[in-house]
Amino acid sequence: MVRLSIQARQALSRLVLPGLVLAALAVTLLARVAPGPAQQLRAVASDAVAPAYSLVGGPASGVRDMLATAVSVLHVAHENAELRAENARLRRWYDAAQALATENVALRAQLHWLPQPEPSFVTARVVADTGGLYDRAVLLSVGPNSPVQRGQIALDASGLVGRVSQLGSRSARILLITDATSRVPVMLADSHARAIVLGTNAAWPRLMYYPQDVMPKEGERVVTSAEAGAFPAGLPVGTVHYDHPGTPVVIPAASLDSLDLVRIFDYGLTSILPPDAPGRAHAAETETAPPDAPRAAAPAASHGLLGIARANAAGLPFLAHLLKPVVAKPEPAQP
Amino acid sequence: MVTPPSYESRQFERRPGIRPRQTLGRRLDAASRAALPAAIAVVLLLLLHAPLGLPAQPALLLGAELACVFYWSLFLPRVMPSPVVFVLGLLVDLLGTGPLGLSVVLLLIAHVAGIAWRQALMRQGALVIWLVFAGVAALCCLIEWLATMLLEWRLLPPGSAALQFGFALGEYLVLSGPFAWCMRVVARPHG
Repeated sequence: MVRLSIQARQALSRLVLPGLVLAALAVTLLARVAPGPAQQLRAVASDAVAPAYSLVGGPASGVRDMLATAVSVLHVAHENAELRAENARLRRWYDAAQALATENVALRAQLHWLPQPEPSFVTARVVADTGGLYDRAVLLSVGPNSPVQRGQIALDASGLVGRVSQLGSRSARILLITDATSRVPVMLADSHARAIVLGTNAAWPRLMYYPQDVMPKEGERVVTSAEAGAFPAGLPVGTVHYDHPGTPVVIPAASLDSLDLVRIFDYGLTSILPPDAPGRAHAAETETAPPDAPRAAAPAASHGLLGIARANAAGLPFLAHLLKPVVAKPEPAQP
Repeated sequence: MVTPPSYESRQFERRPGIRPRQTLGRRLDAASRAALPAAIAVVLLLLLHAPLGLPAQPALLLGAELACVFYWSLFLPRVMPSPVVFVLGLLVDLLGTGPLGLSVVLLLIAHVAGIAWRQALMRQGALVIWLVFAGVAALCCLIEWLATMLLEWRLLPPGSAALQFGFALGEYLVLSGPFAWCMRVVARPHG
């Protein structure tokens, strides 16, 4: 063991702190230059800590549920009346749904309709809310050897939650639709107009880029559209609401503030992948689309903004120049 | 004549006095007490990432970590050394989604502030210390806001940073009491 003098030890101790600051700046620069290893390190850290999240979050969730139950006891009578009225409405809708289902089966038989294969899905529990102050993401605990892949679509019981943006061996990070880098091509259910739902890190993302001759109606349903091949058509996103006059927002159908169980569906749409992390819209590693994925005529891209911009060059030109990538590399065209 | 033991033949004693023999149990006890502040910071990190459904929960994280680092760097720096602060910041970044390395810089700023002003602040009251922490938290929130905009190349509303600063002030007040108890009872029970 090397014996150092007191002066040498003091000099070394004074150099530790500046060295650590320089190391921190170096880590920041390296993460910008080479985001791939940084994301892998993040995935490894998430995999390692996911069990600890369950251990710590379990009691906290239990306490939260107990408090919610205690609060609900105070409003039992009012809730009972509301539930009875809602039950009566739902019974009428149930009867209507039964009639419609019967009619649907009959019509499908008459048309010799070939049903599309059901997409496979994986159910995972939300173990952590890993979104920071300027981004929105959650961490799911998926088992080892799960079929989850980047770009797959996450839904809860009510609607669209987001897409898988980062994948580890035991965890998956979901970029929520409320994140500032989230762009979801949608369709208004009543007017069938195309639009874009832009996340703003707020609870209600904004509805933008709808046609000028269409005014979204309050309460109108918003579903995903198949533009750019990022999402399948028809997934419930939310309902239109006017926060301020002339500024429509979308109230998400999914319970994004209290996510518990999320299903990750494989629709085979991996041509446009979400950013590696919120805010990173540039392509670190180019990933070409699998040959059998449903794609528009434009070349594939690995990240959301660039991919939507390029794909919409063949579909909706008015979206292409609006959804401009922040940083992009030229990518090879698909054959 | 008995010659005194040479420098090489005995352990160099940093603290004079009579102490109990350092058995394995005592060493483990001392190590666990010294690791308590960092462990508290890690548990807070995990707790604030759990899906608790708290309003503005993401805004609580940086303030809690800053309060931990600043308090222990100020009052008991030996239990919050610089390498531990570095690892803590790295953990915050790895488990989050912000720019990697940014939280390391912010926590090191709080650590440096606690160490550099330790001599002056130890003679001051709790209110003055809280005001100094407010300055440090404001600086860190501002740096985070500017650096995130620069690194991710997008405009961000300043309201989130202001909210985070407000929460940091409250978190220091809430955490300083339990930290003081920890310091008296656990981390440094013999003064």
